[in-house]
Amino acid sequence: MSVGIVDYEAGNLKSVETALLALGARIVVADRPEVLLKADRLIFPGVGDAAAAMRVLKARGLDQAIVQFVNSGRPVLGICLGSQVVLDASEENGAVCLGLVAGIARRFAPDSGLKIPHMGWNQVEPTADHYLFSAIPPGASFYFVHSYYPQPQDSAAVIGCTDYGVRFTAALSQGNLAAVQFHPEKSGRYGLQMLQNFLQCRA
Amino acid sequence: MLEKRIIVCLDVREGKTTKGIKFRGNVDIGDPVEMARSYYHGGVDELVFYDITASSEQRSVMLDVVAEVARQIFVPFSVGGGIATVDQMRRVLLAGAEKVSVNSQAVKDPLIIDQGAAAFGNQCVVLGMDVQADHEMPSGYRVVINGGRTPTDRDALQWALEAVDRGAGEIVLNSIDADGTTSGYDCRVTRLISEAVSVPVVASGGAGTPQHVAEVLRDGAADAALVASMVHYGSYSIADIKRYLAAEGIAVRLDGLV
Repeated sequence: MSVGIVDYEAGNLKSVETALLALGARIVVADRPEVLLKADRLIFPGVGDAAAAMRVLKARGLDQAIVQFVNSGRPVLGICLGSQVVLDASEENGAVCLGLVAGIARRFAPDSGLKIPHMGWNQVEPTADHYLFSAIPPGASFYFVHSYYPQPQDSAAVIGCTDYGVRFTAALSQGNLAAVQFHPEKSGRYGLQMLQNFLQCRA
Repeated sequence: MLEKRIIVCLDVREGKTTKGIKFRGNVDIGDPVEMARSYYHGGVDELVFYDITASSEQRSVMLDVVAEVARQIFVPFSVGGGIATVDQMRRVLLAGAEKVSVNSQAVKDPLIIDQGAAAFGNQCVVLGMDVQADHEMPSGYRVVINGGRTPTDRDALQWALEAVDRGAGEIVLNSIDADGTTSGYDCRVTRLISEAVSVPVVASGGAGTPQHVAEVLRDGAADAALVASMVHYGSYSIADIKRYLAAEGIAVRLDGLV
């Protein structure tokens, strides 16, 4: 089984790669549609600007390839920016996104008195029974670095929530697509467990 | 609720940590990778590596250390020390670090912050700043560089605000007065800077006991606390510190404590 990691120059893929290698996964750097579409499962990471990410995805034809991959029913995991780009749009520079899950990415209110980005470890409460949370205690902490958060239109897509001034969606899922706002690859043993859960989920 | 981070700092010279003399446990003394592993398994939230190597050919040794740490630990870590160009930043990030920290070089050439933030995002660029109490400065604190040996004409608060404006995503604030004393952090300057900037502030310098850590997280309004000697010399473990903080009502990550 091969795991494709979408490479579109949006931040550092290295940490996702090393975590998956530590778990014994066979990884493929998916920087072209034909490579991406051959993978058995797909991880869609990323940090940075949603609008810039969409520009690069489109320029490489990866946007259509990701949509095609999701529609094929194979498992997909979005990480950080990946959990925002799967939505319809983002408030970040008015980005139009992939539209795989109805909703938008919102910015934390700058007048909340809270520091932005939301950076550090915070607890994630599962709100649905989902394979990603197998063998992970409810309220386990994960590492976050972000200024925008996903807000799915349909609450049925929400599978985990976190509090930072507002209660926001930290994990979402729709069919074979799951996505998390935090960084499982940098979240210690429970983060590795979550990646393992993804590698082992039924296709 | 966002938890307060406990960050361990490792000074690395020619591939060896310099404070690892009486390091506890069954690890290779002074091996930064082994020490990082041990702290990772002990529940540390993040690590900071400072390369205090003098010559440039030894910097590649540091990159090897970074790459090996990235293969073995799965919490965020940053690397600093002598980084002066975007290209050096890129090498550290490609070796597997989450963040790079700039200090004296940023004072000499502040554009490195703008360039780093533009190339890699604000969250990757940490400003390290060393400060000293000085009543002649508007905020009461002066920025010093070169490990505290060289005073500058910059005011600490003004520099912090400028650096964040330029794109620094986090500040590690080290008090030269408190550094090495083990008698507690400078809570006053920490609160001054932390309440003025929009990004997280990591307090550094002076930690000797878990109580000191609690003080700077509460009274100093720090988002995270850097510790070194108090854990390297085996006086306290990460678990000792975190359990104390939790008992004091401070939110910390208790997963994975041993």
